[in-house]
Amino acid sequence: MRVLGISGSLRSDSWNTRLLLAAAEELPEDVEFELFDGLKALPPYDEDDDVEPAPAAVAKLRDTIAGADAVLVATPEYNSSVPGQLKNALDWASRPFATNVLRFKPVAVVGASTGAFGAVWAQAEVRKVLGAIGARVVEGEVALGHAPTRFDESGRLVDEDIREQLTEVVDELMLVASPRVAVAA
Amino acid sequence: MNSVLQPPITLPTGAWKVDATHSQVGFAVDYMVGTFRGTFSPFDATLTVAEDGTATIEGSAPVSGVRVQDENLATHLQSPDFFDAERTPEIRFRSTEIERTGEDIAVTGDLSIRGEKLPVTLVGTVGEPADDPYGGVRFVLRLEGTIDRTAFGLKWNNPLPNGEPALANDVALTAELYLVRT
Repeated sequence: MRVLGISGSLRSDSWNTRLLLAAAEELPEDVEFELFDGLKALPPYDEDDDVEPAPAAVAKLRDTIAGADAVLVATPEYNSSVPGQLKNALDWASRPFATNVLRFKPVAVVGASTGAFGAVWAQAEVRKVLGAIGARVVEGEVALGHAPTRFDESGRLVDEDIREQLTEVVDELMLVASPRVAVAA
Repeated sequence: MNSVLQPPITLPTGAWKVDATHSQVGFAVDYMVGTFRGTFSPFDATLTVAEDGTATIEGSAPVSGVRVQDENLATHLQSPDFFDAERTPEIRFRSTEIERTGEDIAVTGDLSIRGEKLPVTLVGTVGEPADDPYGGVRFVLRLEGTIDRTAFGLKWNNPLPNGEPALANDVALTAELYLVRT
């Protein structure tokens, strides 16, 4: 099992990246976690550029998602919504639509913000976008507000309530991503 | 007042299979200002009527055969927002009770969509059997009913600017089945 983490924040010292790394600690030992590092390199989505072969940064995004069994997205909130580059990445990943790499892919969404609400609006919008793309969006939410107070000096999550919520979301993601037979009615 | 108990009118006996070329199974759901329609193609349906009149209708359709005009919408309908074709690739129906009065018919049965098996009742009309030009016998069965899509886990919606949901929960199902004796 392989889980891909995508942080919607490009900042090197990002709270959302730290949140992803905290989530990675809660994964079962045999699960491989990879933090996607190519978000900043993605060009703005342009249908003229959406050709084969895809731009290298786009190919890397699509290949990395395709190779993962599940995706964990952590999003900050910019002006009550999804950060532009994260939305841009989802738009690139969604093409070609009918066979896109996120189709039926189990995805969980969490978020951190320095304000009180933990990026809940941005998370809701990311879930909506993922649903429209055709991903299997896992229920559960982690809204980490007042981010600077939740991590220690080494960047480790020290809030046990948040860690518990994170564990629940990760467990749900693992359950949904585990191979299962089709539901028989 | 007629005190004589009327014997129940049964469907014509035998095994019947749907003529898929001329039959149609569709859905209609209110969306924003109008009604949006689609069809299921292919689909399969059989009717078995025993000598004692006991009848069973069975039907199925692959989720991949949900037909709408736009490829992107068709893809969205396959996704977990709607039918979740990856986990539940088939829609199934099996009748549990069929009641006919004259040309009117009511078919109650279990409809399975997205792993949820729920009872539904479809009502409609039955045509008289007739010989077709190919040496066969056929009759038409028209059925319709309404289901709550959210009960089957098809929960997608989007608010309109006035706050009302864009897509209704009630979905009308219609079937016009040409049944050919096998």
